Amino acid sequence: MLRFVLGALLIFVPLAQGANELRFTLRSDPKTFNPLMVEEESSETIRYLTGGVLIRLNRYTQELEGELASKWKVLENGRRIDFELRPNVRFSDGTPFSCEDVAFTMERLMDPALHTPAGDSFRSAPGAVEAKCASPTSASVRFPAPVAALALQFDQVAIMSAHSPKKEAAVLGPFMLGEYKPGAFLVLERNPNYWKKDSNGRKLPYLDSIRLEIQSNRELELLRFRRGELDMVNKLDPEMFDRLSSEMSHTVVDAGPSLDSELIFFNQVSSAPLPAYKLTWFRSAAFRRAVSDAIHRDDLVRIVYKGHARAAAGPVSPANKFWLNAALKPTAYSAQSALDELQHDGFRRSGDALLDREGHRVEFSMITNAGNKVHERMLTLIQQDLGKIGIQLNVLTLDFPSLIERITRTYNYESVLMALTNVGIDPNDQMNIWLSSAQTHQWNPSQKTPDTAWEAAIDKLMQAQAASQTPAQRKTAFDKVQQIVADQAPMIFLVNPNALSAVSPNLKNVTPALLRPQIYWNAERLYLGSGYVSQK
Amino acid sequence: MTRTQKFAIAVLAIVTLASLAAGWIAPSYSEQFREFISARPSAKFPLGTDELGRDRFARLLYGTRVSLLLAPAAALLSTLIAALLGGTAGYLGGRWERLVTSGIDLFLSLPWLFLLMAVRALMPLNTSPVTSVILTFLLLGCLGWASPARMVRAGTRTLANSDYLLQARASGIAPARLFWRHLLPNLKPILAAQFWISVPVFILSEANLSLLGLGVAEPLPSWGAMLRDLENYTAVLQNPWMLAPAILLIAVVSCLQLLLRTEEPLPC
Amino acid sequence: MLAVLIRQLRRILLTVLLGGLLGATLVRLGPGFGTDERELDNRLNAQSQQAIRAEHASENNVAVFYVRYLAGLVHGDLGFSRSLNRPVTELLKERLPLTLVSLAYGVAGGIAIGLGLALVTVSWRAAGSNFIPAFLSGLCLAIPAAVIALVFLWMGAGGRWAIALVVFPHVYRYAKNLLVSAYQSPHVLAAQAKGLSGLRVLFAHVVLPAVPQLAALGGISVTLAFGASIPIEVVSDSPGIGQLAWRAALERDLPLLINITILIALMTMIVNSLADLALAARRPVE
Repeated sequence: MLRFVLGALLIFVPLAQGANELRFTLRSDPKTFNPLMVEEESSETIRYLTGGVLIRLNRYTQELEGELASKWKVLENGRRIDFELRPNVRFSDGTPFSCEDVAFTMERLMDPALHTPAGDSFRSAPGAVEAKCASPTSASVRFPAPVAALALQFDQVAIMSAHSPKKEAAVLGPFMLGEYKPGAFLVLERNPNYWKKDSNGRKLPYLDSIRLEIQSNRELELLRFRRGELDMVNKLDPEMFDRLSSEMSHTVVDAGPSLDSELIFFNQVSSAPLPAYKLTWFRSAAFRRAVSDAIHRDDLVRIVYKGHARAAAGPVSPANKFWLNAALKPTAYSAQSALDELQHDGFRRSGDALLDREGHRVEFSMITNAGNKVHERMLTLIQQDLGKIGIQLNVLTLDFPSLIERITRTYNYESVLMALTNVGIDPNDQMNIWLSSAQTHQWNPSQKTPDTAWEAAIDKLMQAQAASQTPAQRKTAFDKVQQIVADQAPMIFLVNPNALSAVSPNLKNVTPALLRPQIYWNAERLYLGSGYVSQK
Repeated sequence: MTRTQKFAIAVLAIVTLASLAAGWIAPSYSEQFREFISARPSAKFPLGTDELGRDRFARLLYGTRVSLLLAPAAALLSTLIAALLGGTAGYLGGRWERLVTSGIDLFLSLPWLFLLMAVRALMPLNTSPVTSVILTFLLLGCLGWASPARMVRAGTRTLANSDYLLQARASGIAPARLFWRHLLPNLKPILAAQFWISVPVFILSEANLSLLGLGVAEPLPSWGAMLRDLENYTAVLQNPWMLAPAILLIAVVSCLQLLLRTEEPLPC
Repeated sequence: MLAVLIRQLRRILLTVLLGGLLGATLVRLGPGFGTDERELDNRLNAQSQQAIRAEHASENNVAVFYVRYLAGLVHGDLGFSRSLNRPVTELLKERLPLTLVSLAYGVAGGIAIGLGLALVTVSWRAAGSNFIPAFLSGLCLAIPAAVIALVFLWMGAGGRWAIALVVFPHVYRYAKNLLVSAYQSPHVLAAQAKGLSGLRVLFAHVVLPAVPQLAALGGISVTLAFGASIPIEVVSDSPGIGQLAWRAALERDLPLLINITILIALMTMIVNSLADLALAARRPVE
């Protein structure tokens, strides 16, 4: 009998204090704990784990789910959204949550002095945003103009308390800020007032705490993971993945292609300080397509990414199932096809060199960020690939600020290899890449009127899909954008790297997703070891 | 010349000749043998291949040209500047010494990295890797004099009060001649030591600068870039031939040390 | 003596102030100044991008910025770090003790190892006694500081011991030459001729008189140690001034860089001034 009782107790015995603490790393100290001012990855992690949102994008299913809002309705063609809020929810300090907090948050978020990605997503037109409360559990937010994918944008908006004396320290998410030692670590403790329960009625989160070590050195991070000092490594590079795979194969996770891409683009800015003949090359779609044909994407995947990537067909990763234009295929490597394309454009071979119509040797530089081994290796491979068709490529690595200056201010560059990091799945997240008037229309930003017919066409299509509320119509428009991009190659998409991570077998309920954060997207349901959670 | 010095000369000569004959010994440092990624040593690839399938042995030979030629040149430049400034400061003393000493301390504190970045930014986009690396080492040479100058100054101050110098001064030799003919030659051990220390420091500085895009541009190899690969310690444990550049650098540095008489002979 | 001290302090102050201004100028003239990685964030609209660029406008005129900085310095305000979003005073207060401890370990360790090996070599005086220390010096000079730090971390020891290994080759070389020269002094020969024991000759007549010159090593060692602390702290993720300096350089954080430049200048000048005073106070041994 005693053995039975002891055995039964063991199933529910709380784990030793501190044993149910998830440990992983942040690359740097968070710049802010104010969820409305989040701009970089570390702050974003804190916001995700501590912030309560009205609507959450489920990173695994890629579907929207109600969180603090049990229901919502998008009205007036995307200009207004009504929420039905969950009753009896409290902030971490006990302050009741109500519609007033939603109104307060939206007012702060839309402050013209605040310049953040979360706020800008809602700024479809100038004017004030109205947030009304029909009752403590009914909120209505109205914008000056329709906002594309309105409901999805609320995934990035953590609700702040209008009344709590603790201000942003009072949170609605599963965890709240505990101890913080700058430069060393940060502990997030369980929010005792978190509203969510599991299907058995047990309060979430299961974890007692999350310890985030501030660690930028990846070698050290890996060493600590091997020693059991960390429970997961959220982002592994391919080389480290293979290394860890050979030693601890049960810990590595390759979730398939991520949303990110590696790409090249040429400088097409007419005022760029480049020789006119080079601008002519870069503004020729045939030249760009030829360069694309000449790059061996499969070798980039095999050699640089050790197979943990996929050749890219366009700006949308295969991970983004709905928005991908499945008709597009990655450009197959063909030096002959590249040469044919160049010949039609007036280029010719002369010995080992490629010459343009005027007899200039085709030679240009490609810049990328220094210290990024993956980029440096890709560039070296591309250098050899282009050498085979007579193009002399000069590799130039620059530190990040120097790179940004050349791309965004001086336009003193010829071509760039860089990464495109997609946080979300919706095409509107890429609006400022494709709109010719946008500052991040990298190859030729801030155009007063579209320089080319195809850029004008992309502008129209992007605006059309932003204005539409019908997914099918939006998809048709965005598919056409992807086709134009494939034809004109203003950006040459090379690979979509896989989402690689490492997880300790002690960490349970892990379901790796393709969207960030891949491993801890369901942090409230994760737990460590074989025991169940202690209830404080 | 002692036997060890002859041995050191032989080693340095072999290394230098091998690097100059790289074109015949190992034709290409940049060719990527993409079917032989991270291959182990073999007859075809004596030191295996790197992560892009390039012959490590060839890259070591060609990298030796860059590092063995340019780093000593930069070290020589910085040592000469240090000798001039540190020597005159210690010898003349007074206001000049105070000015130079303050200048040295100031120089040591400034973030010269930004000057290197600014110079690189001024260079044309399609500057060849060779030109770029020569300029980098030239700048390192011009910027690396401050620490050696301090040591030279301290050594000069001691020598300035030595008996033979006092005697020379008393016999009416002009100060300039005293400095060039009697003081500087006796600073040789200190200068040689500073030169010897500066060579590996500049090679490693080039490696660190590559993190900011100021190192040797691809596909040109250098010892510094190859030494950076040692940070991947698990790869090194699995592929110990990656230590070849480090071993070569230690060998060259040791041989230089033996040759340069960086030390006073041990007393009997 | 007081006059000398006052003169030294004045020299230090002027040099440090000049160092701050020159450092700021170098940063300002470097490429990428005033840029922000948020400019590549395609989620931000045009107004936000303009606002981000305008944030850096106050730093464009170096002279004005520096005067404002000095005005703040008088009130104990060292400025605000844009890259870390915190007051510089707080950052320095948190990180300086860690770096000072690392430097102390590194410099003390480097001098102890270097001097110790020099003493062993000089007192042993066998034909091959030079080989091992010389080889070890060459080894430590040839391996990047970051790699040495990684080895220590892998062994479970702190990265600070790597600083000692970076410093010691310089100390060994200089100390050995100094001690060998000192051995050839007339008074040492006389002491040996009088039959004094080897150890007594070494410590009382060779090392002791050379202490002021050895003090010159202090200044260089501190500068070397600080230079080494940057890659070592970055690699070992140690939240000290070295890591801060690297971060500030990468992000062109002018307030942080000025303060770090001034701090290094101050540290270097104080240590070197003490070494100079020791050297000046040296009297020849009769």
